[in-house]
Formats: sequence, structure tokens, C-alpha cells
Amino acid sequence: MSLEAVKAKNDNNSAPIKLNRKDFISDQDVRWCPGCGDYAILATLQNVLPKMDVPREKQIFISGIGCSSRFPYYMETFGFHTIHGRAPTIATGLKSHRPDLTVWVITGDGDGLSIGGNHLIHALRRNVDLKIILFNNRIYGLTKGQYSPTSEFGKKTKSSPFGSVDYPLHPLTLALGSEATFIARTHDTDVKHMMQILEAAGKHKGSAFVEIYQNCVIFNDNAFSEVSDKQHRDDRSIQLIEGEPLIFGKDKNKGIRLNGFKPEIVEFDSQQVPENLLTHQSDLEDTAYAYMLSRMESPEFPIPIGIFRQIRRPTYDEMVQSQVDNAIQESGRGKIDRILNSGDTWIVE
Amino acid sequence: MSSTSFIHENKNIQEIESVVIRFAGDSGDGMQLTGSQFTNTSAVLGNDISTLPDFPAEIRAPAGSLPGVSAFQLNFSSSDIRTPGDQPDVLVAMNPAALKTNLKDLPHGGMLIVNQDAFIDRNLERAGYTSNPLEDDSLKDYRLIKVPMNTLNQNALEAIDLPGKAKEKCKNFFALGMMYWMYDRSMDVTLEWIKKKFGKNPNVVEANSQALKSGYYFAETSEIVSTHYKIKPARLAPGTYRNIMGNQATAIGLLAASELAKTPLVYCSYPITPASDVLHELSKFKNFGLKTLQNEDEIAAIGAAIGAAFGGAIAVTGTSGPGLALKSEALNLALMVELPLIVLNVQRGGPSTGLPTKTEQSDLLQALFGRNGDSPIPVIAAATPSDCFYMAIEATRIAIKYMTPVILLTDGYLANGSEPWKIPQFSELKSISVKHPEHLNEEQKFQPYLRDEETLARPWAVPGTKGFEHRIGGLEKENISGNVSYDPLNHQKMTDLRKNKVRGIVQDIPDLEVYGDQQGEVLIVGWGGTCGAITSATEKLRKQGLEVSCIHIRYLNPFPKNLGEILGRFNKILVPELNTGQLCMLLRAKYLVDAQSLSKVQGKPFKISEIMEAAQKLYSKDQEVKNVAGSR
Ligand code: SF4
Repeated sequence: MSLEAVKAKNDNNSAPIKLNRKDFISDQDVRWCPGCGDYAILATLQNVLPKMDVPREKQIFISGIGCSSRFPYYMETFGFHTIHGRAPTIATGLKSHRPDLTVWVITGDGDGLSIGGNHLIHALRRNVDLKIILFNNRIYGLTKGQYSPTSEFGKKTKSSPFGSVDYPLHPLTLALGSEATFIARTHDTDVKHMMQILEAAGKHKGSAFVEIYQNCVIFNDNAFSEVSDKQHRDDRSIQLIEGEPLIFGKDKNKGIRLNGFKPEIVEFDSQQVPENLLTHQSDLEDTAYAYMLSRMESPEFPIPIGIFRQIRRPTYDEMVQSQVDNAIQESGRGKIDRILNSGDTWIVE
Repeated sequence: MSSTSFIHENKNIQEIESVVIRFAGDSGDGMQLTGSQFTNTSAVLGNDISTLPDFPAEIRAPAGSLPGVSAFQLNFSSSDIRTPGDQPDVLVAMNPAALKTNLKDLPHGGMLIVNQDAFIDRNLERAGYTSNPLEDDSLKDYRLIKVPMNTLNQNALEAIDLPGKAKEKCKNFFALGMMYWMYDRSMDVTLEWIKKKFGKNPNVVEANSQALKSGYYFAETSEIVSTHYKIKPARLAPGTYRNIMGNQATAIGLLAASELAKTPLVYCSYPITPASDVLHELSKFKNFGLKTLQNEDEIAAIGAAIGAAFGGAIAVTGTSGPGLALKSEALNLALMVELPLIVLNVQRGGPSTGLPTKTEQSDLLQALFGRNGDSPIPVIAAATPSDCFYMAIEATRIAIKYMTPVILLTDGYLANGSEPWKIPQFSELKSISVKHPEHLNEEQKFQPYLRDEETLARPWAVPGTKGFEHRIGGLEKENISGNVSYDPLNHQKMTDLRKNKVRGIVQDIPDLEVYGDQQGEVLIVGWGGTCGAITSATEKLRKQGLEVSCIHIRYLNPFPKNLGEILGRFNKILVPELNTGQLCMLLRAKYLVDAQSLSKVQGKPFKISEIMEAAQKLYSKDQEVKNVAGSR
């Protein structure tokens, strides 16, 4: 049977079956450290996939190397644990050849932003229809605790006993600069929020980039207290809600407004929300607002959590496929004998 | 038929067997075009042909400079030829720099046609001449023909409404026209080509056509040469022929393989000399359902190809030596996950960036061993430009049948060189069987590493097939289940299985055929693009009565099963290679024979004479040794 036939056959008989979380749990023992944030992400995605209306055999998980990249082994889907940093390349090839599949890329701050930085930006700029989930724990876990491209400046680790002299990069700023069409941030301590974000990413058509703040209990515990510490998180983070003003704080009495080109925090009486607060809008083609959000950092600002950007553009895989379809439509299915006999030919008798 | 054929009544026409012409000029002078036009015309006339383009790595080095010289040599003949010729019979030099860099290859008495107008002070100085060689005595050993091409061309195009610069650009066609007359070629093929190429711009069509014709008529009427020559069609096997370059043949071969396997082709590549033309060529064929991806780098290209292979495509990544180095980690991933993948390496001069536009065959050891761990990968190599077609199909067949990456080696010489090719009927080519498992019994769990007993290939279950969800990856796999395994004995077993799988391919590849006697004194062993020179050298040595035979190895891993036995039947073994002795080392290591290396790394192919000389030396040394031994 040809590949087309296999595809058609599967389209016919697998769509209607209702799946649940259990269908996505593989028989492999999960081997992350106890207490690792990866567990919550795994469980959440296993809950999200049944909502995707995509049959299980068409959900593909591709990862690179690192703690997070063990992910595909634990998912009862097609999975590919590849090599360090290269998952976006393999995913790009797969999705280009098989636009019928839903392709997830699981990566980390070392895998996706250090060794694989080049592939990440190119997958995003091409708008390949991939769901790229970056587990950011700001440390190298699998290699036992060296600083990563998102580790804070001056961080003391095994490989930087005097403090790291690397300036960290902002994953979402990078994604914006790379023209990603879906950009979001969530964190492993808020399962409900993660669910929402991952479902939205899964349903987005185009390159989706989700940064998940993920706690590494062993080498970088509490790296994201701004969002994980229940006591303070309402004051140190801000939920981005579509069409709503940027308001935060336990008492909902703080907001973000623009002062010239710069954001600033205003405090107000929660009964009287000022009019000049910024209103969250993720569907802007222009990146200036999303860029501003991506640079908001603790302690000066609350950390934005939610969908920063969500726009629709033709995807790479769609366009690659349509060039093929158009070529066939315009000149008919190619005939190999014609190609063999092209150019100047002559006959020897 | 021909509108430009002549009745050569009053001209002296002489029949000769073969001629080697070299066109040389500035890289802006259109020498590659001139050469390929002469090639196509001669092909259509039925000559056997072999070509050697030689261009600089810089796109436009300063005009008139030595590094900017671009040349195209072709050998055309009424008999069977296999190389572009050891040395030109005729050198066309469009400027002093071209003369300077190419004259050393022209034998004394050879014909030298120069564009006199280009020999002005500035150009002479750039080429490092202190006096004008056309005026001093330095060219007296050659049949020098000075033609003021710029002037003649300019005059001929006077009436055409085009800027002077554009007219000057046509002077290569003037030169081409002259050569057409000298070798009794029709102008039709080129006139037709000009029409097609510049059709949108009638003035340009007119100017180029006029330049060509003016050169032709000038040569005919001026009597700058008293004789012109006829080279009869070669006696080739009956059939339809075309001229084909190696990269073209590789591209069409991959396309044919995809048709033979009824499976779409995905070609992923990052631009690199001299492999880019394969990408260019394939990107035209979208209506075959094939996809070409230009990736962000070499690693991304092989990554994408692996992804496409995972999805069920015939996946290919094309590159040259430095690119193969970058791909090595991913290549091992393909080996570990046992997916079919074709890696094309159009070799060039190395190491590092090396000589991008020059040929070499020094990536053999990289292809075989340039990866971490025990990493057995089948390696095959094309022998001639048209053989690239068949080897591309062969690489695909092996990759799919054995679920393995395969490295296909060609080189710059094959890639850009051309020869007449008897076009095969597609229906006569053997189809390639592709199987994706689709059915499992209830209760049955898919085992991604449960191998075929004969080939040891694992099943190619593609995403989207219900019930076949499974995980693969670069960590060591447990035999059969494919689960991650760190078990020591399992690793031993899997390493052995991977090795034996590739070894087993030996049963599935043709035996080597010996050219010449089946046993004797000297055996010349070659691989890759040196086939033509080695075979011709052997032929000539045999005509001189020497007991010399040759074999050409197209399968380098595994080697054909009769290789060892053939080596044993000869007293002396000579291994000419455009590297420092890589195959030679392998033969010595594997078969414990005293193979002698003939090494050349000058960015140029072997001359027939170089191989003959080495074989003769080895031959006589052997005699000598024998004599000494005999007298004891
Ligand atoms: S090292 Fe850190 S990131 Fe890795 S599994 Fe353990 S807790 Fe999780």
C-alpha cells in the first residue's frame, strides 16, 4: 500500500474514537527526579492531547537531548528522541513531508537556545506548523548543573564557581525576533493555565512557541518563585487576558501603562481602574507591544504569563505542499521518460 | 537539415580521430558556456565526448587577473574515449591571464588561438607579463593564431542596437563560431539555444547569433587556418543518447529512484559547491510530487531528511566534504534509529574549506569512519558522470531494503564533467519495493526492532499508522522491543547486528569484473571518478603488450565479495587515487596485499599518461626484482 493509501485508511477509521489521558501514557517508567516540574507538564499534555481532535497515531513528539527531551518515551504516540539541539530540523522535515501530522517539539533552555539556537530561530521564522514547547529551568540538568543561556548573570554553578559572565537571553524576545506566530509563557505550578496555553498552542496553525518555567528541584530549585510562590505570585506576575487591561496584584490594584515608550506600574484603588492602562491584545501583526511584554522582568515588573502573540500566516509546510500541488495541476504529473529524454538528444543506429 | 552546413569544395579538410580543445578566459568571458555549447553540438553530431570544466572559487575575481581564469576542456572523438584528454591540442586564450595559466599544458606544436585585442598593457601587467608574448619570441613553439576578436566582433554587431558592453559580451560566441568552422560543426544547436535563452530580447538573440556566425565565416574566409578537420561520429551502441553531467545524472537518478519506489522524494540541502546543482536540478521537478528544502545549515539539512524518512519519504541530503563533517552526528542518529537515508557527498579538495571548485576523492575514509562509535554505513561511489544515475538508484535501493543510511560519493570532476549517455528506458529499470507494516493482531504489540531474518532490516512503520505508535532515538535500543537499554550484552548484540546487517549487503551487490586478463603481473585498482583514466591507461598498456588489468570498485562498504580473490591473482597492485592513498590503505589492511599507492592531490583528475607511467615503473621494477631473484 502506498503512503497515500495508508494515510487515507487511517483518516477513515480512527478519527471518531474518543481518547483520554490514559491513552497517551506509555509503558515506560518515568525517570525524572522526584519533584521535578517535568511531571506536571507531562500529565498536563497527556490531558491536552485528547482535546485536540487528532487521532493518537497522528500526534508526534520529537525532542532533542536533556532532561525534558526524555518526554517522548513517556507518551504513547509516535516519538523521536533525537540529538542535541536538532529536534526542530527533524520536525521540519517530518512536517514538510507529512502535513497531515501534528508535530510537537519538546526542548529545553540548553537544547533549544544553546546548541540548537540556530534551528529554533529558523523553524520559527519559516512558520513551520510545529508546537515547540521549551522547558526553561535555567540550568543544565542532565549534565548535572552547569549554567545555561537563560541562567541569570553571575550565577554560581559547577562550571562557574566565580559566577557566570554570560548575559542571559530572553526566549520570548528571541521567538518574536524569529517571527513566531504563536508565543506564550506558562509555568509548571499552574496546571490549569498550562492546560489552556498548551491547548491553544496545539490548535494554533503555524509555529507555536511556548516557554514553560520548569522547576529543577535538584540543580536550580525555586528559580521561578515569582510565579510559584503562592504568597507573592499575584504581585510578581501578571496574567495576560485577551481584551482585558493589564492588571495585577493580590488586590488587583496595580496596572501597566505606557510612559513614552516605556511601561510603568501604576497603583490605584481597585474600584477605580484608570483608563490609560494597556489592554492586552495578542493578534497584532506589529511586534512592539509583545516585545515590550517579553522584556518585563522581575523585580522591576511583574512577569507576564499567557499568550503574547497569536497571528495567522501561511505555514511553511502548507506552502511547500501547495507548490507541489500547483506544479502537478499546471503541468500534469511528471513523466520520468520525458525527463530522461530532455535536452539535446540524438539517435545512434 | 542544417542551414549552416557547408560544401567544403575548395578548403582542405582532413579527417582526424579526436581533438582536445581548451577554452580559457576571464571568469566573465563565458568560457563555461562556450565549452558546454561546443560539447552539446559535438554530442548531437555523434562524437564521444568527455569534458572538464575548471573554474575559480571566486565568482568574479578581478577582471584579467590570474585567479579569475576560467577554463573548459573537452575531448571529442570518433572512437571510444573516457577522459577529457591529458593535454589540449588547441588552446583558445581570451586574455593574457588565460594564456599564462594554461600555456604550460599545451604541448609544443599545439594550436594556440588568442584574442589579440585583450593583450593590452593593463591586462599584460595583471597577468604578470613584462613584455607582450604575442610580440616577443616566446610563443614560437606553438602554432599561434592571433585574432582581434573584440574588433571583429564589434564590427559585426555594429548595426545592432545594444550598448557596447553588451556587444562585447558576445565575443565568446565569435570564438565559438571560429571553432565550429575549424571542426566542421553545425551552428544549429547553439543558434537554437540562443533563441530559447534570450527569446524575450530580440536584440540579444540577434547579437549572439551574429557573433557566432561572424566567427564562423571569419574562420572560413580569412584562411587563418588552412585546414579544417572532420571528426566522424563515434561507433556507439544503438540507442537514443544525450549528453549528461554527473550532478544532473545524480538528480535524475534520485528522481527515478523515487518513481521506481513509488514513494515521494524529499531532498534537503544547504548550498555548497560543487553539490548545489543537484538541489537546483531537483527543485524543478515539483510535479513529480517531490519536495526540496533549502535548510538553514548542513545539520538542519540532514535533520530534515531524517524527519522526512521517519515520515516515510525517500529522504536525501546532498553536500560536499565539509558538509559531511557537519552531518556526522546526525548520520549516526539515522544509523541508530535504522531509517533509510541517502547522503550524497560530491567531493572536493580538502581539508577544511580546501579547494571548493576542484576535484579530489579524499573523503573516502571520512565516509567510512568519520563518526563516533562503531558506525557501519554502506558507501558506494559513481565511476563516470552517467554512472551517477545508476548509483543514485542503487543508494536508494540499499537504503530502503536494509533500513540504513547510505553514503553516495561522487566528486567535482564527475559532477561537472559530462559524457554521452545512452538513455535507459524507465520500464527496464528494476522497481524498488517499499513496505510499511500496517496490520497487527489484537493483543500484538508493535516491535520496532524485530528484524527481517534475511536482511536484518527493521520494519519501517510510519507515523499515522494506527497501532504502530512507537518511540525511536539515539540511545542504544533493546533488540526487538526498541526500548532504551543500557544492558552491556544488549549493546554488544546490537553493535554486532548493525555490523552484520551492512556486511550482509555483500550478497546483494555485483561481483567485480576484471578489465583485461583475469590474472597477471599488474592490477590497477580504482574507485570513483578515476575510472576513465585508469581504464584508458590499462587499454593502452595492454596494447603495448604489458600484462596489466584493472578493476573499478563502486561498492566501498561492503567491498564486493570477489575483491580479495582478484587481488590475489596479480603480482603487483597499483592504486591510483586523488588522495594520499586511502583505498590503498584499506586494501592493505583488509587483504594483506602489498598494494602501491599512486597519489595525486592537485585539484585535477589523473592524466592517462600519469597512470601509465606508474604502472610501467611498477611493472619493470617487478621484472627487475624477478631477474635479481632469478640470478641468485
Ligand atoms: S535534574 Fe532537574 S530537570 Fe532534570 S529531572 Fe532532575 S529535577 Fe528535573
